Amino acid sequence: MPSKWIKVPFKSGMHYLSGNEACAEGAIAAGCRFYAGYPITPSSEIMERMAVRLPHVGGVFVQMEDEIASLSAVIGASWAGAQAMTATSGPGFSLMQEAIGYAAFTETPCVVVDVQRAGPCTGQATRVGSGDIMQAKWGSHGDYQVIALSPWSVQEMYDLTVRAFSLSERFRAPALIMADEAVGHLRENMFASARVEIWNRKKEKGGSPFGTEEEFGIPPMPSFGEGERLLVTGSTHDAFGFRKTDDPEIHAKLTSRINGKILKNRDRMVETEDYFLEDCEFALIAYGFTARTGLYVVRQLRKEGVKVGMLRLKTLWPFPEKPVSDVGKKVKKLIVPEMNQGQIAGEVKKYSCSDVIPIGQTNGEVIRPEKIFEVLKRFAGPPIVKRKTKVRSNPHPGSHEVE
Amino acid sequence: MMVRAMEKYLRPGIQETPFCPGCGHGILMGSVLRAVDESGLDMKKMLFVSGIGCAAWIPSPHFNGDTLHTLHGRALAFATGAKLFSPDLCVVVISGDGDLSSIGGNHLIHAARRGIDLKVICANNMIYGMTGGQVASTTPKDVITSTTPGGNPYRPFDLCRLVKAAGATYVARYAVTQPVALIRSIKKAFFHVGFSFIEVISPCPTQFGKRNRLERPEEVIRDLIERAILEEEAKGLTQEELREKIITGEFVP
Repeated sequence: MPSKWIKVPFKSGMHYLSGNEACAEGAIAAGCRFYAGYPITPSSEIMERMAVRLPHVGGVFVQMEDEIASLSAVIGASWAGAQAMTATSGPGFSLMQEAIGYAAFTETPCVVVDVQRAGPCTGQATRVGSGDIMQAKWGSHGDYQVIALSPWSVQEMYDLTVRAFSLSERFRAPALIMADEAVGHLRENMFASARVEIWNRKKEKGGSPFGTEEEFGIPPMPSFGEGERLLVTGSTHDAFGFRKTDDPEIHAKLTSRINGKILKNRDRMVETEDYFLEDCEFALIAYGFTARTGLYVVRQLRKEGVKVGMLRLKTLWPFPEKPVSDVGKKVKKLIVPEMNQGQIAGEVKKYSCSDVIPIGQTNGEVIRPEKIFEVLKRFAGPPIVKRKTKVRSNPHPGSHEVE
Repeated sequence: MMVRAMEKYLRPGIQETPFCPGCGHGILMGSVLRAVDESGLDMKKMLFVSGIGCAAWIPSPHFNGDTLHTLHGRALAFATGAKLFSPDLCVVVISGDGDLSSIGGNHLIHAARRGIDLKVICANNMIYGMTGGQVASTTPKDVITSTTPGGNPYRPFDLCRLVKAAGATYVARYAVTQPVALIRSIKKAFFHVGFSFIEVISPCPTQFGKRNRLERPEEVIRDLIERAILEEEAKGLTQEELREKIITGEFVP
């Protein structure tokens, strides 16, 4: 089933919203009609807005007893035909991991929003972090793939939520929105269009819901109650869902397909944005709220003549290997600022041949420009030194943040 | 070839059940299907949700309706999502005592509290059968299991009282040795609007029996026939006599 344009049940035009509110609206715009969740800071506003909005559009809202139950209910509703979502933060995301594996293995479309806070453990519930990036990929046991997106603005909390539903439905895989507290609680203007383009799971009467002719295909997905007498199981299963718990060939084929269908379609999922990359000698690779700081730094340094650019990752998983490796080929150094101890920097190292400098920060605060300036000036040469003098002798708005 | 009475409700291609000799789950499986048959329900509009363990295999893959074999303990949470989004489905949860009341105990009390129209059939064999006979939250005191070699030091849950307290609106307990009453009870649950819970005592000679001198299937069944008594029968018995008995019947309404 190709994509289609659907009417958005939200006034089109500009809205002044928080990231979390925009995320809820994006879900409803994309056709989400089931939400199950459990309160947790800093994501609760998503659930609160869904509780108010879903009844208006004929959807179902339920607050569950914990995050395990929340994602379980979402998966149950997805098989009943719903586009379904839950949102949480670190500790809740940890509890959801087993069910994320279930969704990946049973190829259940569902959207999970993680508004990341400063971990590990209970950490700092109201403070920002982005330490769940690797957990998003590796959190559940066994080999599987997820789709994970990283919004940097209120607009993207809306747009990427719409996109997460499309990707999840199209590729029958869990789609995660790896937001952070700063983006979730940020308030700014965003634009809602009258219609959005979405993909839905394909249906095929009598089709095999768990297997395809093609090695890495996406099977059709019927819903409960359609007379298809579905067999859904988290055990290894054949194309029609029969448990096959000791057949090596079937297990190998299934795990290979659920991984391959994501990795082979990487180009359809990966989105990045380039800033000043054409002639740069140094490049930042950033995502989420940190990319805002990154762009500020890049713009400031460009004014000084420093050849620095930025690659912003909108998709984190599957990893944007090609854009990262392309940038790596043309710069002297890649700088990766992030609110963790180098989780994406490690991936960047894997796929680029240039020197990678991680700037990890785990103090519960957003990365400030100074921190990136400081690292850059260590090897960016004379232009930055020159700039330092300039800032001291002639301060102007914005530059006070530098030293 | 043997003709199976409830063949039409079985998924095509299903041969034998996976259960051990003397396991009560086959009787329970037959009882659920007979209840479906006698109730005139359409399997196409029925969803059977189960967790992990021997009892979770009762509906999946055997029943020829929609089946959802979920994570350990989470059957009720998955069922809640499906039922809330598709209220027209008749959603039946069939799982074991460990799955529903231990790892899934929190979901059990909350599902009962919400009063969502789910029909829960808990196959209680009082042990973790599939994993090798470890003690469960339903294992009687002093019983020997692979993790209580000196006897279980703790008392078991009374699941019916638990879900009653949590707000279930139909609660019953029967043993697989009382198939007529059991089928009647399952039919009642099918037509009851609200959270129904039927605890079904189903013996496990392989794991429970072998350590507690009830190894032979016929001994286990005979033992259960003697021990499963109705509430009325219990009235005249002394505390001492009651200790070995399992009180069955409808407790709510």
